[in-house]
Amino acid sequence: MSSSETAARPGVAPAVAPLGTEAPRLSLAGPLALPAMTLLVAVVVLLAWQYLPPALGVPKYIIPTVTDMAAEMGRMWRQEDLLGHIVSTATMATIGFVAGGLLGAACGYGLGLSRLWERVLSPYILALQIAPKVAFAPLFIMWFGYNAWPKLVVTVLVVFFPILVNVLQSMKTTDRDLVNLARAYSMTRAQIFWKVYFPASMPNLLAGLRIGATLAVIGVTVGELVGGGVGLGYLITYGEGQANTSMVFNAIVLLTVIGIVLYWAVAAAEARILHYVPRISQ
Amino acid sequence: MDAPVSQSALPAELAAIPAMQALRGPTPPAVLLFEGVTKRFATRTATPFTAVQDLTFGVRKGEFVSIVGPSGCGKSTVLNMTAGLDGPTEGRVSLSGEAVTGPNKHVGFMLQKDLLLPWRSIVRNVEFGLEARALSRAERRERALRELARCRLSDFANHYPFQLSGGMRQRAALARTLAIEPDVVLLDEPFSALDAQTKLLLQRSFARTIHDSGVTALLITHDLAEAVAMSDRILVMSERPGRIVEEIDLDLPHRDDPIARQALPRAREAMTHLFQSLHLAEREE
Repeated sequence: MSSSETAARPGVAPAVAPLGTEAPRLSLAGPLALPAMTLLVAVVVLLAWQYLPPALGVPKYIIPTVTDMAAEMGRMWRQEDLLGHIVSTATMATIGFVAGGLLGAACGYGLGLSRLWERVLSPYILALQIAPKVAFAPLFIMWFGYNAWPKLVVTVLVVFFPILVNVLQSMKTTDRDLVNLARAYSMTRAQIFWKVYFPASMPNLLAGLRIGATLAVIGVTVGELVGGGVGLGYLITYGEGQANTSMVFNAIVLLTVIGIVLYWAVAAAEARILHYVPRISQ
Repeated sequence: MDAPVSQSALPAELAAIPAMQALRGPTPPAVLLFEGVTKRFATRTATPFTAVQDLTFGVRKGEFVSIVGPSGCGKSTVLNMTAGLDGPTEGRVSLSGEAVTGPNKHVGFMLQKDLLLPWRSIVRNVEFGLEARALSRAERRERALRELARCRLSDFANHYPFQLSGGMRQRAALARTLAIEPDVVLLDEPFSALDAQTKLLLQRSFARTIHDSGVTALLITHDLAEAVAMSDRILVMSERPGRIVEEIDLDLPHRDDPIARQALPRAREAMTHLFQSLHLAEREE
């Protein structure tokens, strides 16, 4: 073993070490300073929300206070079957996300393998990608009626494209030399796909899934806003009809939480799957 | 498979070329043989682009041959044709007497990039080339570990590529190349992305490993010192369209230790000679 090669310590990416040492400068003092500051921002915002609007004379039906919203949350839980609405929205978002992700990935890989179809279909893909998918929601209600299908289809459609585009991009940019290496080892097309293209697409696929996770909640919400009698999106229109601002705010908060949970799930999967990618800092 | 190439098997015009005559002698037979190989690529214009023209050379079993030449002389075309990724327009490329018609298991190749799969551990990377073969999982693992030991990387079998230095990654790539037990190893500028010191050490490491394994090697390089330090024979190629303009039989000791060889006065003479044959002194850019 040479001196220059032992310099690369196992388990440490040499190029990363100098960057990592800069991290402490960011966190002013100690490892807890950064989360503490983040928490402080939340406290300041909540306090301002609680006291500033009444002080400025903003009526409660415009901006309810934090305590009003908490009280309304309790009432919704007891009287409006809040749990049922949350479960419905979360389930729809998850199903739509998974289905849209699978479809998007499958189409991305399929188009990536066929240069011809990719070229033939690329203008339509671009057009559909640009088209505002949520605008299709009323159409789907006319087609499928007031049930779970419209919101599911909107969600699938919204999630589908970023994942398709990301996977396709990865298929087109996979290192040609890696593919040639696999060819030189006499691998079949299927082997080359499963051993090179597919694993090489993981960073892109997961980036697409991250975007999809946030969009899934938007898809479901729009579906529920436009039609149906269940879900947090429905509670928003219901609250609006009653001029119950707290209910609208609460539904928005809960939708955000569902989105964050989905996003976290993807991020956790990503950390496990992409363990081989060196991190700059944590 | 390894039958000596008889005189009658060679086209008549090749018999005049000294290299070909040498291949017929009592020396080991040619594992890799290029016979009058020309490669043209179609272009948008009417005239096709000729990458290499009328290449004729052989590489004997266990021999280490380097091809040097200016950039764009078609060195990589030679490599692709040997690996079976490209076919010749004219002439014939054969390995152990069999014409190369496509990717085949007799050739292993290595590039400047290590081409390790970042999502696989080092030992799984070495196994990669074996996965198209009818081998059991245990056999693959055994072979991979054997090659890693040969390349002095046993301790890093379960590391991931990003945890290794550039030199170690290239050694892992060599282990993967040797694991398929190729007749010929093609090395396409494997050291050119490394810093000067790592390069010297890695050249020695490769020289030793290749010497010990007895595999036939074809090195493509633009580094004249590297060619002199590592090979038995050097083929000098001209600018496009690439032709072989000179063949230098080095006949120097220490093929398994390029650092020791570079210190020899005769190695310096060979370098000077190479410089002259490429007309580097008269050229400007």
